[in-house]
Amino acid sequence: MAQFVLPIQSRVKEGMTFKAEGASSENIKRFRIYRWNPETEDNPRIDTYEVDMDNCGPMVLDALIKIKEEIDPTLAFRRSCREGICGSCAMNIDGTNTLACTKPIAEIKGDVRIYPLPHMEVVKDLIPEMTHFYAQYASIKPWLQTRTPAPPDRERLQSKEDRLKLDGLYECILCACCSTSCPSYWWNGDRYLGPATLLQAYRWIADSRDEATGERLDELDDAFKVFRCHTIMNCTRTCPKGLNPGLAIAEIKKQLVLRK
Amino acid sequence: MSSLRSPLGRALGQGSTGEGAHHWWLMRLSSVAMVPLMLWLMFSLAALAGADHATVTAWLAFPLNTTLMILAVATLFFHANMGLQVIIEDYVHHAGLKFTTLIAVKFALILLAVTGIVAILRIAFGS
Repeated sequence: MAQFVLPIQSRVKEGMTFKAEGASSENIKRFRIYRWNPETEDNPRIDTYEVDMDNCGPMVLDALIKIKEEIDPTLAFRRSCREGICGSCAMNIDGTNTLACTKPIAEIKGDVRIYPLPHMEVVKDLIPEMTHFYAQYASIKPWLQTRTPAPPDRERLQSKEDRLKLDGLYECILCACCSTSCPSYWWNGDRYLGPATLLQAYRWIADSRDEATGERLDELDDAFKVFRCHTIMNCTRTCPKGLNPGLAIAEIKKQLVLRK
Repeated sequence: MSSLRSPLGRALGQGSTGEGAHHWWLMRLSSVAMVPLMLWLMFSLAALAGADHATVTAWLAFPLNTTLMILAVATLFFHANMGLQVIIEDYVHHAGLKFTTLIAVKFALILLAVTGIVAILRIAFGS
């Protein structure tokens, strides 16, 4: 059955507070961050860090890096590009899944609450276990499949109209914000592919150069892989790239019915 | 989780059943069918409010009303069965409990649907 209460060893407790000492101003923001270390027996906890905003970059990731460098080097999180293209720093900020590098601190009223992506196993602190998510992505064969050999002297051509159909799909960076915001993915993520993987699946179904559309649709025609989507639309609301996975899933459902 | 199965093997699982779209489409279809049927039922019941037993049974025995009432009951329980199946699949994860619940719900809904239809026919054909 779905679990509605956390097990005792998973309940989040109040952790330490790191005061901003010798801060040059009164411009202090409090960051309340989920901490969990697999090497101890301790429950997860919320640590509070006071950060001097006069000496900090504008984005949540800037504050996290400042905390790690200047206050507490034990804080663990993923980050790389710091410009919203790698998807590494996806986390739950102020109650919404988003990228720490493109989320302005100024948009958040009061304390900044930061948790790892919801309902994922935690590796440490803000780092979720992504293996199954990536395996699901691999399972939809996210590459061009063809039987016609490529022309020897040039690339496979696509009309401008057909290329337009990939807009809103190809921009996905697989940060997993959408999938981990989806209650259906929380309850049935072992079999439901989730919005991110389904948007990617549709990206290949919609590609005019692909010749495996039928096989792709066959693979998706399943009560769990696609049809756990109940159009809750958290995916579209939370996408930090402004994409619409809900629409992509609706297109898959439509194609599955229309080809009957 | 001591399985040495590869992550991809686990994600692929037992593959696709090829039945998802069919179930989904029948659910949409039955819900669309219920829009006129339920509107007809609501307006009819409102018009019959306060009527005595003889008037109501005579109304139901009228052929068009008998037909629509049987369709309404059948569609309603058909749709309820599909909807409850989705809810059970969503929330019941223990395989044995899932199948027991699915079968029990199916049997109960068929029992209710047939009981309803038999009752309508008895009134229509005057037992």
